[in-house]
Amino acid sequence: MATPVISLERTDPYHPPAAHLEILRSDAPISRVQLPDGRRLWALTRHEDVRAMLADPRFSSDRRDPRHPSHTPYVGPDHRQQLIEMDPPEHTQLRRSVVGEFTVQRLAAWRPRIQQIVDESIDAMLAGPAEVDLVEALSLPVPSKVISELLGVPYTDHDFFQDNSAEFVRADSTPEQKKAAIGNLQGYIAGLVQEKVKSPGEDLLSRQIAAGTELEELQALGFLLLIAGHETTANMISLSVATLLDKREHLAALREDPQLTVGAVEELLRYFSIAEIGAARLATADIEIGGVLIQAGEGVMGLTNTANRDPLVFPEPDEIDFTRMARNHLAFGFGPHQCLGQNLARLELEIVLATLVRRIPGLRLAVPFDEIPFKEKGPNYGVFELKVAW
Amino acid sequence: MRIVAQPDRCVGAGQCVLVDPEAFDQDDKDGTVIVVRPRPESEAEIARAKEAVNVCPGRTLSLSVED
Ligand code: HEM
Ligand code: SF4
Repeated sequence: MATPVISLERTDPYHPPAAHLEILRSDAPISRVQLPDGRRLWALTRHEDVRAMLADPRFSSDRRDPRHPSHTPYVGPDHRQQLIEMDPPEHTQLRRSVVGEFTVQRLAAWRPRIQQIVDESIDAMLAGPAEVDLVEALSLPVPSKVISELLGVPYTDHDFFQDNSAEFVRADSTPEQKKAAIGNLQGYIAGLVQEKVKSPGEDLLSRQIAAGTELEELQALGFLLLIAGHETTANMISLSVATLLDKREHLAALREDPQLTVGAVEELLRYFSIAEIGAARLATADIEIGGVLIQAGEGVMGLTNTANRDPLVFPEPDEIDFTRMARNHLAFGFGPHQCLGQNLARLELEIVLATLVRRIPGLRLAVPFDEIPFKEKGPNYGVFELKVAW
Repeated sequence: MRIVAQPDRCVGAGQCVLVDPEAFDQDDKDGTVIVVRPRPESEAEIARAKEAVNVCPGRTLSLSVED
């Protein structure tokens, strides 16, 4: 039988591609598939199988190997591996050196400041015309400002930072513009690290320098922290708001009981699982997963958006249920690479949703839901623009 | 019943702390888990301990029923 070709492109704004769900429901939930560009790999769709794969470090994240599903020809031989593409033991060591900054307790201290940042963005919205693109007014600036402060970017540079990072998530920016923006940000981070060496402050970069992290390593890490959490969090903010304004019974539920917000965030993360290619790995040994032998050298992809609709784990998986409190979803991945910034993302989402619901009770979509430009091609699902009014 | 942790496997994601902040904490430096209340007593505490074991991305936590 010919290997089925699957596309990662979504066709329904609320659901993973139908072909992925079919694999999940078939008698071969681990299937050999082919991507439209011809790459062959194993698609894993069951929650249990995706978790088993991601928890096993013999499935490698090292993208330098051309057989890795996320392999990209690197800029040059001096390419410095990012945390996200390392394997243990290097990965473990680097992750341990920074994850202390992102513990639940440490982040809880940021709550008041994040609330202020969100309030300022909403003040600005309310001061202008009663119709805006929420992506530009709120979804992109909030995570950008928060990570800027965490890293210790001086306030006067926030605009530079935000403009450049917005450049490579815009729908209409060319590859050249994106490349230039990445170059600008990398150059900026390098300068900032030098600055912190000279005059340390109370921030993540300064603490890393004090702890002896190599400067080049720190530049790479700073850049990753900046980009990994920007578009992803923005996409989740926009999708969450679009959903609440489309399915208004959920909005009403949040207004009735703001305590539901934490559960809403978790459920919306599960429901959208936006990181479409976050769980790509290369098998470095023959490994059996869910009764299937995956051979060394084969690529695998955990379809987390589909696994998060596994009815064995999430009853009525296509229903949005804010009371489900299912924290075992895979929106942030699983295993050693599980999102480093997840608790920051949770906090930002919770504060944004609660504050919007409270402060702009008349918020509504300014275009029909079907006309929202969704990022159906990935690699992160989201929306390009979200016109709202009040 | 006792919660057992293998901190060398911990990835510091703090899922356990989200599930039960009274039972779990994280080291300030390397983010690894500290079990502050190893023995769940009430049914609710036991349920939360089980949930923490289930969600833990590092497969760091387990429940020992012997002791
Ligand atoms: C809703 C927002 C977010 C989503 C959906 C998301 C999703 C993910 C996923 C799926 C992974 C795992 C990738 C893999 O297994 O290879 C990951 C890793 C990562 N994320 Fe996030 N993320 C979000 C927000 C953030 C934020 C706010 C930050 C930083 C401040 C961040 C920083 C990182 C880093 C550094 C890694 C690599 C961790 C490692 O390799 O050990 N993310 N994220
Ligand atoms: S959930 Fe597991 S991996 Fe995460 S901090 Fe707790 S013990 Fe460590």
